Amino acid sequence: MQIVKKAQAGSFESSDIMVLVEPSEKPGRYIEIDSSVDIQFGEQIEYAINRKLDELQVIDIHLIAKDKGALNLTICARVETAVKRAAGVQKGFIP
Amino acid sequence: MLYIPGNNPAMLQHGGIYGADSLLLDLEDAVALNQKDAARILVRNMLQTIDFYNSEVCVRINHLDTPFGREDLEEIVPLQPDAIRYPKTESVEDLRKLLAIIEDIENKHNLPHDKMTIHAMIETAMGVQNVFDIASFSSRVDALTIGGQDLMADMNIKNTKEGTGIDLARKMIVMAAKANGIDAIDTVFVDVNDEEGLKKETEYAKNIGFSGKAVINPRQIDIIHEVFTPTNEEIRKAYRIVKEFKRNKEAGIGVFAIEGKMIDAPVVARAEYVLELAGIDYKNV
Repeated sequence: MQIVKKAQAGSFESSDIMVLVEPSEKPGRYIEIDSSVDIQFGEQIEYAINRKLDELQVIDIHLIAKDKGALNLTICARVETAVKRAAGVQKGFIP
Repeated sequence: MLYIPGNNPAMLQHGGIYGADSLLLDLEDAVALNQKDAARILVRNMLQTIDFYNSEVCVRINHLDTPFGREDLEEIVPLQPDAIRYPKTESVEDLRKLLAIIEDIENKHNLPHDKMTIHAMIETAMGVQNVFDIASFSSRVDALTIGGQDLMADMNIKNTKEGTGIDLARKMIVMAAKANGIDAIDTVFVDVNDEEGLKKETEYAKNIGFSGKAVINPRQIDIIHEVFTPTNEEIRKAYRIVKEFKRNKEAGIGVFAIEGKMIDAPVVARAEYVLELAGIDYKNV
């Protein structure tokens, strides 16, 4: 999936994560994570994001995540939503 | 039945802990138009992962006349929640269209057609007029629910504590449900701070035949359970009626008396229902 524009998904509420994505300036994935539970779960959050990006076949992306203690399933849902919006493939959606 | 907004991870992931008999994960009115896709994906992931304990799980999708309904079904049906709630059901045609899409998705995923049921939500005057046909359309329709707020809007009437304007609709929906042997679930009580009002409205709903009530806040669950759960005295009385009925039946007596009051088949049926509500296997009393 190719990121063609900026998009975001999620919120700054507790148990959620705000994910912003945009085309990367250079080839590759550039992921920035700011989490309220970074010390405990920072690596797992990055792993969950990368696994979802693998599944969505995203190669080049700039992704910024502001996490408020989201579960893995929420992280994956927000990444999927943001990527599909940014790739322009989202169905059943009013921007 | 506890309503949970479909785009709120904190509320969704804790949905099972409140002890509601059923949860309604809402993709419709509780979700902003520009967040429909986000909620759909989030609810799908929740259904795959979260344990909602003993609560039945129902997902309210958007109407098929919106740009969202079809996509909601594509994401949710493969996960086979206990039920799909269809908003603004107005006719048999609405259900025919809905079921055709559901069964098409189920076929694609090799899923049975008899596991996930449909709750038809009646919230327009037209839906009320057609409610018996809606209730009897398919064996997959196992509950009718009344959407009080939308119905009042459709009828251009004000919300009153007495619910006067939607009283006829409530009774028509209950009657259609009873005639078809399915559940009827009452609408929400919107003032979460008025516990007395909630109790009064729930007692009324129970008295006219509803089998449950929707809630918008977990605080309302206990009050509704209290109203719908039979008291110890009611259970004792029902137990005695059913037991005496069996004893008399074996002796070839159909009608008898307990403390001077005539007990016949309808009274026994009511007593069996009370025991069923209390979780007692009345067949083995």
